[in-house]
Amino acid sequence: MSKSVLLKSSIAKKYWMALTGLFLCLFLVGHLLGNLQLFIAGEEGRRAFNEYAYFMQHNPFIKVMSYVTYLSILFHAIDGIMLAVQNKKARPVQYAMNNAASNSSSVARKMAVLGTIILLFIVTHMVNFWAKMHFGGLKLHKYELVTPGQMGEQKQMVYYTHTPSVNPIPDVPQIEVKNELDLYIAKSNLKVAEGYKDLHSNVVAFFSGKETNGVEGNKLALVAVILYTLSMAVLSFHLMHGFSSAFQSLGIRHKRYTPSIELIGKIFAIVVPALFAIIPIYLFVK
Amino acid sequence: MGLTNAYCLMTKNLKKMASKTININLKIWRQKNANSKGSMETYKLDNVSTDSSFLEMLDQLNEQLINERQEPIAFDHDCREGICGMCSLFINGEAHGPDRAVTTCQLHMRKFKDGETIFVEPFRAKAFPVIKDLVVDRSSFDRIQQAGGFVSVNTSGRTMDANAIPIPKHDADKAFEAAACIGCGACVASCVNASAMLFVAAKVSQYALLPQGKVEARDRVLNMVRTMDEEGFGNCTNTGACAVECPKEISLENIARMNREYLKGMLSAE
Ligand code: HEM
Ligand code: SF4
Ligand code: FES
Repeated sequence: MSKSVLLKSSIAKKYWMALTGLFLCLFLVGHLLGNLQLFIAGEEGRRAFNEYAYFMQHNPFIKVMSYVTYLSILFHAIDGIMLAVQNKKARPVQYAMNNAASNSSSVARKMAVLGTIILLFIVTHMVNFWAKMHFGGLKLHKYELVTPGQMGEQKQMVYYTHTPSVNPIPDVPQIEVKNELDLYIAKSNLKVAEGYKDLHSNVVAFFSGKETNGVEGNKLALVAVILYTLSMAVLSFHLMHGFSSAFQSLGIRHKRYTPSIELIGKIFAIVVPALFAIIPIYLFVK
Repeated sequence: MGLTNAYCLMTKNLKKMASKTININLKIWRQKNANSKGSMETYKLDNVSTDSSFLEMLDQLNEQLINERQEPIAFDHDCREGICGMCSLFINGEAHGPDRAVTTCQLHMRKFKDGETIFVEPFRAKAFPVIKDLVVDRSSFDRIQQAGGFVSVNTSGRTMDANAIPIPKHDADKAFEAAACIGCGACVASCVNASAMLFVAAKVSQYALLPQGKVEARDRVLNMVRTMDEEGFGNCTNTGACAVECPKEISLENIARMNREYLKGMLSAE
């Protein structure tokens, strides 16, 4: 098998579009399940989400999957844009009158435009959240610990750590944060615990617009929520055609199964982006 | 009512039906030759019988043009009964016009309204360059066909009787449906990407489904798809426009089959 067949032939390019596209659909499901934890209220939800974010960054299997995801997005986007450029060149002179609506859906004809909008969304989304998680800029997860005592209730800010059952680590000058996450006795090499990055408060502050656990609210939260929702609508259209199209590209077509694949694709294309979009709306109106 | 009366009524009705005519406006692509720049020109044509075919209407227009000492419009045609695949034309934004499962030669003027403006353009694709007016060069299809659209058989005596090879009815029917493709190019013309996948898939399927075609199946699909790409057709995005506009109703099932055949060929080729 020559390399040119594997990468350059029109049909092989479609296999790659379909495989990466379907993998990204799986990624969407995983990502959504994580995000849905933002519906859990209070400190409990904050812990669940930050623990999940930690897990996503440190679990070796997830790490491998995340690299496959980055590669898939890159490959899908580059291949998709290359296909679109070739397709434009295949008809240098346009029709004066083209009644394309009579034979195909506009969504199917605009996959590259929809995809490019999704790509813009992915880039801004990664700058807003992923980059903060990976390159710093996030505070550590701290909460208020109330201890009843003889002199009345005592309130103290403590770090939320991987070993919450052990002595709570207070936010005091005697405790020093190293390597972004590790809590050390100040001026020593004694590590006492590992904390969590507070991505949760960052997300909530970003979409609610309100100050959250010491994270400044986003003045343009309403704009962010609207743009997020519109991007999910675009994703919905992309998947409305893309999901079942991927099976056709892979040659998976059968009188008995294809109607079900098409139905599942339509349901997926509506439900997944809708659930994604409800989260920032919920955070904003909450 | 006597028999003669009934007969009179019938002929009168027939005459009335036949005598229905419409007046139309036409916007038609005119281009002197392959290298010149073309443009849409406007024509008016009166008294077009609704029983005439689209090509007969163009004949009528050409007669009018010749009488006016103008250059007649060049367009492709041959059998005029929907089997040769020579006629083409993008009519009112659709390949072979607004009707389904017919070629332009089978399209009737009764599909158009009196006073309507009808756009007539050549099939547009880089791989189908315009030769003159509405005539395009579809020899890229011939080159794809030559790259693998055949079976090699021994013709020097002692040939095998084709009927001696048992073929499941289901496969024979599917192969026959695929073989109905007349190579007109409407699929390419309709596709946003000017992709030739439906045509090539029909040709690949027609052989892939039959025992005689299996021998050369791998090289056939690889070579035909390679030639298709080299000719400058676009890539399929599964919009399905081709199957809707195809006069022979070739199904998208064939494209899925070609995608499977290609995967097999790609993985097993050396
Ligand atoms: C989470 C994000 C995305 C998902 C889940 C996704 C999913 C899919 C799927 C399943 C297909 C159908 C593949 C096929 O027909 O074989 C597809 C097609 C396509 N995607 Fe995406 N996609 C995503 C992002 C993007 C991005 C960022 C671009 C960038 C430009 C893009 C451009 C395209 C194009 C041009 C097609 C049509 C390609 C073709 O049919 O040949 N997509 N996508
Ligand atoms: S597949 Fe249909 S539209 Fe395409 S060339 Fe064959 S008959 Fe014409
Ligand atoms: S002229 Fe032969 S198919 Fe129309």
